[in-house]
Amino acid sequence: MPIVLDHVSYVYEADTPLARKALDDICLEIPDGQFVGVIGHTGSGKSTLMQHLNGLMKATSGHVYFNGEDIDGEKYDKKKLRSRVGLVFQYPEHQLFEIDVFTDVCFGPKNLGLTQEEAEARAREALELVGLPEEVYRQSPFEISGGQKRRAAIAGVLAMKPQVLILDEPTAGLDPKGRDEILQQIKRLQTQTGLTILLVSHSMEDVAEYVDRILVMNDGRIMLDGTPKEVFGHVEELERVGLAAPQVTYIMRALKKKGLEVDVDVITIREATEEILKALQDRG
Amino acid sequence: MIRDITLGQYYQIDSVIHRLDPRVKLGGTLLFIISLFFFQNVWCYLLAALFLAVVIKLSRVPFKYIVKGMKAILFLLILTVIFNLFLTPGTPLVTFFGGKVRITEEGLKLAVFMAIRLAFLIIGSSIMTLTTTPNNLTDGMERLLRPLRVFRVPVHEGAMMMSIALRFIPILLEETDKIMKAQTARGADFESGNLIQRAKAMVPLLVPLIISAFRRANDLAMAMEARCYRGGENRTKMKPLIYRTEDYLAYFCVALYLGAGVFLGRL
Repeated sequence: MPIVLDHVSYVYEADTPLARKALDDICLEIPDGQFVGVIGHTGSGKSTLMQHLNGLMKATSGHVYFNGEDIDGEKYDKKKLRSRVGLVFQYPEHQLFEIDVFTDVCFGPKNLGLTQEEAEARAREALELVGLPEEVYRQSPFEISGGQKRRAAIAGVLAMKPQVLILDEPTAGLDPKGRDEILQQIKRLQTQTGLTILLVSHSMEDVAEYVDRILVMNDGRIMLDGTPKEVFGHVEELERVGLAAPQVTYIMRALKKKGLEVDVDVITIREATEEILKALQDRG
Repeated sequence: MIRDITLGQYYQIDSVIHRLDPRVKLGGTLLFIISLFFFQNVWCYLLAALFLAVVIKLSRVPFKYIVKGMKAILFLLILTVIFNLFLTPGTPLVTFFGGKVRITEEGLKLAVFMAIRLAFLIIGSSIMTLTTTPNNLTDGMERLLRPLRVFRVPVHEGAMMMSIALRFIPILLEETDKIMKAQTARGADFESGNLIQRAKAMVPLLVPLIISAFRRANDLAMAMEARCYRGGENRTKMKPLIYRTEDYLAYFCVALYLGAGVFLGRL
């Protein structure tokens, strides 16, 4: 179910002296099954854009189409949309409220009008998908570790079986191990279930490693749009708006300057290792 | 939605009124409110209206914005008018239901005056909060109440509590907004259903909100302690309040207004 944005603009606190444009004439198409990374520094409009995709915010002008239908149309069922487009907010563990993890994950499916059994089946499935061990199911969501809380919260959205999953900085505040685990699980989810995933992040490494396509946002506009290799080729432009390419790209550039014949378009550590080894072998 | 509450909020713009010492604004507002309750005739109210109009003009806060904040107390206003209108004894003007319910001349007069009084009172005090940052306001209050320390009233602690409370209003509103959105994304519905269903729907909002309030309070307490905060004793200010010429001039204007009020009150 593709998402299409047609000239979407959004103004915060319109008609007051505090009015500011958060989104400026965004046109965008996201096909099924794509893993999209959205990067941009604070205030670039990425979170605002994400909230437009499941109808939590209404565009000041322009239209958002999900599966060909205008989501702000009068007869459109927003609740259904929200079950199709799952949105995991920043620090999603702050929304946990139930007496135990399992009941909390059931909250979403039950809101969709499913029976207790169906909701429980879905909750179990979602919890397995995010890799939470069974012994935490009956624990209070306030007593488990930070990484587990985050996963429980993500499961809460997954249990609604969305076709599109939006994650706003899912790795913020996690240690490197927790970060890698969550990202790997998200990637696995995408390959296994064919979900469309939008990952908002400001870590270039996260994005470079996992996504098919990167959107770079700046000042409410989409500045760059392309595969990670294409986008990180524009290092100067990225730096101008306070972003950067992955660190490994810089290392490759430095190596090339020093005279090692390597490909500078490399964006992940794995690729870099191969590239450097190859260059060293060529040198003999 | 929730952010539409303007009562007690600061309106950021630069104006003569904004730059006044908070003590002047606090004192002026207090005197203005007291004056409203002594005024008895139409001339006095015209004077008060004129005074308010000048202050609003000087403050550069759009009148529309001030009125928007009054919506919240509209109910109170209407209730007062109704009570005064129907429950004041005196010469009857109109009677309903065979004389059981009546509007009297005195009642009508009282209702009108009361409505004007309340409206002016709220406009007057909202101008104060709209033009003064919460921090300045509590600073001014602390300074004005300082004499009470003689009676062991914890003036500084009270002021600190108040400024923290005020500071947290926008934060908690934002948090509410965020949690509401997060739960809406999980299919929660805050807008439909009967009273009981709606009250139940608040649980997924209130539990995280209260937890987050505690978390923030904890963090703040820790941060204050880390900076060696230990109450008001011997504490100095980074920006002490100092009266300037404009402030004395403003006091003079308030005095002038009160004088005119006393004069007009005798007419």
